[in-house]
Amino acid sequence: MKLKISIVFTFVFLNFGLANASSGEEGEPFNAGEMIMHHISDSHEWHLWDGAYGTVPLPVILYSPDKGLDVFMSSKFDHGHASYNGYAYEDGHIVAEDGAEFYDFSITKNVASLLLTAIIILWIFLSVAKGYRKNKGQAPKGIQSFFEPIIMFVRDDIVKPNIGDKYEKYLPYLLTLFFFVWIGNMLGLTPGAANLTGNIAVTGVLAILTLILTLFSSKRYYWNHIFWPPGVPLPIKFIIIPVEIIGIFTKPFSLMIRLFVAITAGHIVLLSLLGLTFIFQSWAVGVGATLIVFLINLIELLVAAIQAYVFTLFSSMYIGMALEEHH
Amino acid sequence: MELLTPGVGLIFWQLVVFLLLVFVLGKFAWKPILNALKIREESIEEALNTAEQARQEMEKLKADNAKLLDEARHEREEMLKEARTTANAIKDEARADASKATEKMITDARAAIEAEKKAAMADVRNQITDLSIMITEKVLLEKLSEDQAQKDLINNYIKELKLN
Repeated sequence: MKLKISIVFTFVFLNFGLANASSGEEGEPFNAGEMIMHHISDSHEWHLWDGAYGTVPLPVILYSPDKGLDVFMSSKFDHGHASYNGYAYEDGHIVAEDGAEFYDFSITKNVASLLLTAIIILWIFLSVAKGYRKNKGQAPKGIQSFFEPIIMFVRDDIVKPNIGDKYEKYLPYLLTLFFFVWIGNMLGLTPGAANLTGNIAVTGVLAILTLILTLFSSKRYYWNHIFWPPGVPLPIKFIIIPVEIIGIFTKPFSLMIRLFVAITAGHIVLLSLLGLTFIFQSWAVGVGATLIVFLINLIELLVAAIQAYVFTLFSSMYIGMALEEHH
Repeated sequence: MELLTPGVGLIFWQLVVFLLLVFVLGKFAWKPILNALKIREESIEEALNTAEQARQEMEKLKADNAKLLDEARHEREEMLKEARTTANAIKDEARADASKATEKMITDARAAIEAEKKAAMADVRNQITDLSIMITEKVLLEKLSEDQAQKDLINNYIKELKLN
């Protein structure tokens, strides 16, 4: 029941936010592509609704070899109308007015939501851990009993069968990965939220961490299989070996692309359907679109869990393959 | 295109925050949670094993009891059987003894009777002989006096004898 109410609210707010966003530029025709890109891209300010306090400025942190570190609030740019300290804000990007090289470590919308996600995850699992301390040797209670079966599912059905006996060493990473992706995906579905797990930088970092873990835990057998696959005729080895070498990198690459695409595509579908309302300027389309978006949002909730499962499953499989010993 | 070009800032923050998350959760959440789960699983398994052991022991005890009971019953039957045979033997023996004694008594009695009879017969014979001698004597004495008197006398004696 609570879930239903929160889902309904999600739509109310999503529509509300969208309606405001689309009517932002007075007189300009509604541009669905622009609106969608605005919602799924990163930004230096957190736009909740139009108006005086609807946009939350975020800290900008810039480092340039010439000018050193610059830290200021994004409100200094006045939504791109002003420049500050030699930097200007154009189309959601900070550019140096003199064209000098610099690095942008700003707390953008995605970074802010990353921090928020991390805080929520920490809060959840530290409370769960507290539960185990409090009711030692007793049946789980409250939040602990909600997450215990999920933790056990990750341990017993994803990690253990794919990695084997040495699974315990990899559990902290894989559990964090699973819950980060899952909770991140779900937070991305909340109104006004950033598209965190649908950002290629985020999925890329996770995929690279899996790759590093895979390479560091690899055994002789794994490399033997890549550089001298057994049971393959010599001429075919020349084809297989490059394929295997590429395979080392395509595996994490597929991890990165899969999550990025699944989440971003979901957002695009939802926003496109809602955009129809503003293209047709019709209440009827609005009601219809909202209904379909409601159903798709339910699917997105499922996708959020499935993508977390798949990312963790494939990471476990890659690590398991690297750990395999000759038998 | 912007979607496909990862920003340096986000890569940096994601790496830092995620690794911190792994570290902090690993130390303060996953470790105690997984340990607690493991301990609980072990204790459950142990409890189950103990229960199974107890059950097996119970069964063994039951089987032992049944065996003991069976043995006791068997022994009792054996004892009863033995007692019965002994009793029978004693009875038979007693019976045999008794019949032997009776027979002996009967034979003894018979022998005694025979002896008595013989003695009696001998006595009778002796008396008859004595009487005969006496009668003969008297007859002889009478014959010496008169015939009639002799005859009377003999008749008298015979009468007397008949009375006897």
